[in-house]
Amino acid sequence: MTELFHLLDRFLEFSMPHLVAVPILVPMLTAALMLLLGENRRRAKSALSVISGLVGLLAALALLRWVNAADTGGGPGSIGVYLPGNWRAPFGIVLVADRLSTLMVALTGVIAFAASIYSTSRWDRAGVHFHPLLQLQLMGLNGAFLTGDLFNLFVFFEVMLAASYGLLLHGSGRLRVQAGLHYIAINLAASSLFLIGAAILYGVTGTLNMADLGVRIAELAPGDRGLVHAAAAILATAFFAKAGAWPLNFWLVPAYSAAVSPVGAVFALLTKLGVYTVLRLWTVLFAPDTGDSAAFGQAALVGIGLATLFVGAIGIVGTQRLSNLAGFSVLVSAGTLLTAVGLGQPAVWAGALYYLLSSTLAVSAFFLLTDMIERWRNAGMSVAPHEAAGNAPFLAEDLRVIDDVNLDDEAQALYGRAIPAGVAFLGLSFMGCTLLLAGLPPLSGFVGKFAMLSGVLDEKGVTAAAWLFLVLLIVSGFLSLIALSRTGIRHFWTQPHPTMPSLPALEVLPVAALLAACVALTVWAGPVMQHAQATARGLKAPEAYRNAVMGATQVPNPVVAPARMPVKEAAP
Amino acid sequence: MEAVLALAIGVLSGSGVYLLLRPRTFQVIMGLTLISYAVNLFIFSMGRLKVDSEPVLIKGFSATLANTADPMPQALVLTAIVIGFAMTALFLVVMLASRGLTGTDHVDGEERKEAGE
Repeated sequence: MTELFHLLDRFLEFSMPHLVAVPILVPMLTAALMLLLGENRRRAKSALSVISGLVGLLAALALLRWVNAADTGGGPGSIGVYLPGNWRAPFGIVLVADRLSTLMVALTGVIAFAASIYSTSRWDRAGVHFHPLLQLQLMGLNGAFLTGDLFNLFVFFEVMLAASYGLLLHGSGRLRVQAGLHYIAINLAASSLFLIGAAILYGVTGTLNMADLGVRIAELAPGDRGLVHAAAAILATAFFAKAGAWPLNFWLVPAYSAAVSPVGAVFALLTKLGVYTVLRLWTVLFAPDTGDSAAFGQAALVGIGLATLFVGAIGIVGTQRLSNLAGFSVLVSAGTLLTAVGLGQPAVWAGALYYLLSSTLAVSAFFLLTDMIERWRNAGMSVAPHEAAGNAPFLAEDLRVIDDVNLDDEAQALYGRAIPAGVAFLGLSFMGCTLLLAGLPPLSGFVGKFAMLSGVLDEKGVTAAAWLFLVLLIVSGFLSLIALSRTGIRHFWTQPHPTMPSLPALEVLPVAALLAACVALTVWAGPVMQHAQATARGLKAPEAYRNAVMGATQVPNPVVAPARMPVKEAAP
Repeated sequence: MEAVLALAIGVLSGSGVYLLLRPRTFQVIMGLTLISYAVNLFIFSMGRLKVDSEPVLIKGFSATLANTADPMPQALVLTAIVIGFAMTALFLVVMLASRGLTGTDHVDGEERKEAGE
């Protein structure tokens, strides 16, 4: 076994730094390949999508191993830097795989893999080009997590957003188009803010490289700091809109609950991208050594996070639709994370990163579960009544209700091979999601919240904001518990259903896998927490990040030098 | 020249924000387009305003921004224009789909009910 790991490490060492680009290139090439296949080669596309998801996941796990293993790179905590254009750091674009990036890429890999498997069951037939769009979405997400350049981040954001517009509209219908209209308008406006912020930062510092920006901001003249702070505030507004921070989050719940469920599961990652960007840029741009700019905007970040948490918690008790519950859980999670980031303590960050993993997996599983429960409650119909009422003109024929064909012995419509004990599975999964989202023991939601709370309380002199966070975190967990158990009782206990749910294995497996990932997070909480703590310490002291990025060396030219010609020096 | 450019950006973004907040989808898309023009001009101005200066190095002159224009914002603007253009086209399609599905061009998909109606 050790021999095997040793071989793996050798291979990783050999394939770095090129491995850093794999999570971006694989989905991109897969999407391009899928476009060449005709619209009727659905099986081939599904297979490609699942394979690409698997390759992406393996690459992400390999990166995670490389970053943490003792005998790869420069030991634990090594930072992989890839120069796509072979230009040195401040001049060319860089891709950086450090602990935080690889963690996010691995999370993306897990959820994307689950969502792609789930979609092959039937949702990928609700419209055209589902799988290529999903792949492009992954490319944008992974790229945004890995890039070390501000403008490149913008480009990957746009790739991710363009794909998400298509995915949100997948399946069409009035609800989706309505939600899509608002979603696109908000995000286009936010992208303009992103550009303005990035442009001012470039105008003041003359660089777009994140690591270089940190160094330049530390050296700024006091007169220029105001401009940088304004730029950071404008940039942050754009990221808050993506992260679902109050008051820029009114689009989120309608959009997420209108999307088809595998898309909703992937969308749970998009708000985390907003949080990730805030965490990354805030720690790199306004590191402790940047003088007057250190921790700029901390109070605003905490305030906005607390407001988001509050609004999410109120929303979650105010709704009864399952998909809305999932949407508000996204808000609660975003609010918790933004506040935890804003508190600026490495111990809280470590807990927040653990909580991020757990809550994203749980919300994704919940989105997938929602679809199965709704279908069961709609008496076997694949679409809800509001969608069947002529509002979805582009719905594929095989999603419409079929009256008298494909029935089994009990005259139930067949959806692939169903697993036994469907209700038990739905009920148990729902309970698992409830425990995870409300943060109750014994699952990982509790561990994450506990780590954050103990981080808050360990600090000498707990501030008023930290106390408020503590209270809101517990209250929001309690409100989630009320809302989810109320819905659970209504769906599983009060109304007798004449039919048993017919759950295809392709839909059960991804949900089970996501929940199993949460159980694994709980069981191996120690190693995961160590990774999170090391990540948090690294964020607090970004010198290693800066040095790795700025010190990355180019690959030498492979050509053999020709006989040297005498070169005349240009006259000055 | 600075005043003219600043005025242009200000007028464009002001009109853009006003239109963005209007209730008709066509107004919203025009607003977004105007805002993206304003943003593009703004990015351009971040490379400093210089007349008669090319973004290429000239033989015999040192490679500083005193002798050349900054090529970076120009490259950024090019990217931003292309992306903005594609997004606007996509938004147009969604707008038309919304018009077809709801029968109205109101951004909420239904006309606001007037009091007493």
